[in-house]
Amino acid sequence: MESILEALSFPFIQNALIAGLLVSMASGIIGSLIVVNRMVFLAGGIAHTAYGGIGMAVFFGLPIFLGASIFAVLSALIISIITINHRERMDTFIGLMWAIGMAVGVVLIDLTPGYNADFMSYLFGSILAVSQSDIYFMAGLLGVIIFIMTFYYRDILAVSYDSEYANLRGINVKFFYTLILVLSALTVVVAIKVVGLILVIALLTIPVYIAEKLSNTLYMMMIFSGLCSSLFTLLGLWFSYQYDVASGASIILVSALSLFIFLVFNKFK
Amino acid sequence: MSIIEIKNLSFSYHKQKILEDINLEVEERDFLAIIGPNGGGKSTLLKLILGINPVKDGSIKTFGGVPKKNLSKVGYVPQNTNVNTDFPIKVIEVVLMGHIGTKRPLFGYAKEEKMCAIGALEQVGMEKFANTKIGELSGGQRQRVMIARALCAHPQILILDEPTASIDIDGQRRIYQLLKELNSYITIIVVSHDISVIMQYANKVVHINKRLNYHDMKTPQHGLRHQCDHFCEVEMFNIFKEIK
Repeated sequence: MESILEALSFPFIQNALIAGLLVSMASGIIGSLIVVNRMVFLAGGIAHTAYGGIGMAVFFGLPIFLGASIFAVLSALIISIITINHRERMDTFIGLMWAIGMAVGVVLIDLTPGYNADFMSYLFGSILAVSQSDIYFMAGLLGVIIFIMTFYYRDILAVSYDSEYANLRGINVKFFYTLILVLSALTVVVAIKVVGLILVIALLTIPVYIAEKLSNTLYMMMIFSGLCSSLFTLLGLWFSYQYDVASGASIILVSALSLFIFLVFNKFK
Repeated sequence: MSIIEIKNLSFSYHKQKILEDINLEVEERDFLAIIGPNGGGKSTLLKLILGINPVKDGSIKTFGGVPKKNLSKVGYVPQNTNVNTDFPIKVIEVVLMGHIGTKRPLFGYAKEEKMCAIGALEQVGMEKFANTKIGELSGGQRQRVMIARALCAHPQILILDEPTASIDIDGQRRIYQLLKELNSYITIIVVSHDISVIMQYANKVVHINKRLNYHDMKTPQHGLRHQCDHFCEVEMFNIFKEIK
């Protein structure tokens, strides 16, 4: 207990906790949308394409978040254009962008003179290195997500549940589909900071999977997955601090273990 | 006055003719059944009437105008309501989707919209399930919810695509009974394979296989003796009736 109080007195731990909670709430909301829209593979594609953005930011000396965001949003827009018109080839295009984005990132980081920063941190997260400006970015994104969900919930619900019918009711399906993808891209970027791009998918889906079983409505699912995700992140951080292991992987393992317990409990209930 | 007027309509997809020279008039309080083989163009015709597919050759008028302009008067019940049953959504929310959103408040749904949705659920006898998750209903119940969603916006015509596919016999009977009641004030178009049911309820039947063949159920027809160039389930049914 004392060690926890001691840990909480460090500013970088405080930042990590705030960032973890902000990202958990955002990924709970957006993860729910990704899962109900069956876009999990798509989100994975965006996450890996964002690595190209990280490479670009490093190469041109831009802020990492900015580079990754630009790349991720662009890839979301491209995927949106392609999948609206050629839904049947979607998996091929996503696979392509997934690989090309990673390749661009690796090459640009290699080409950057004297660059020797630990780029493993982007693959597996570096929540303990969150800065004040990162937190502003995360808080801003969460604010935007909550704002959109409050005012356009009924449209997003209609588009997610039955896009053909939503179209017949005069809802701009393409716009809201693209909006969901762009928000997913930005959420993936902030989640990379917490768990890294390889583990992003787990953060976006494990809490959501648990929440799905507990909820009758999409907004309850979003709230539940935000709460589950926050809990897992806090436990994961504690575990990581206590045993001095990587934070991102700890969060994911805590989530996976919780999912396992939840499934077993659900089965024998 | 005819509610739907289709003149010399043809439609091709990837250079393949799907519909050819279709002429059809639907009048107020008709109960029109569309039958025909899979891939014969039934769903395509519905999509043209709904304005989802653009009309390039010939014309379709709904309520005297282009289909896209008059969507608020049209209620649509799509095929395959058994997909996406894991989706976390309550029955009432599905029905609320039916609103065109002219009275929408800043967020959520207006009280009027909610009242309308409850009213629509009462019409189909599903009001007790308003707060149930959609996936927990049976196929027949879910189909009735989809009809409520279409009724929500007070349409003058209801279009249903295979409403009884993969629904048990009792559920099918209830749905057709409901459609018959609704037909007292709403025009109905239904695409179906289920010929025996259609013969009981429909006043017009069209068979579509690229081209359209019209059967008026009010004037008696005499199977093969009457028509030689066209033979579909309707003729078959009439022959059976004669034999009986």
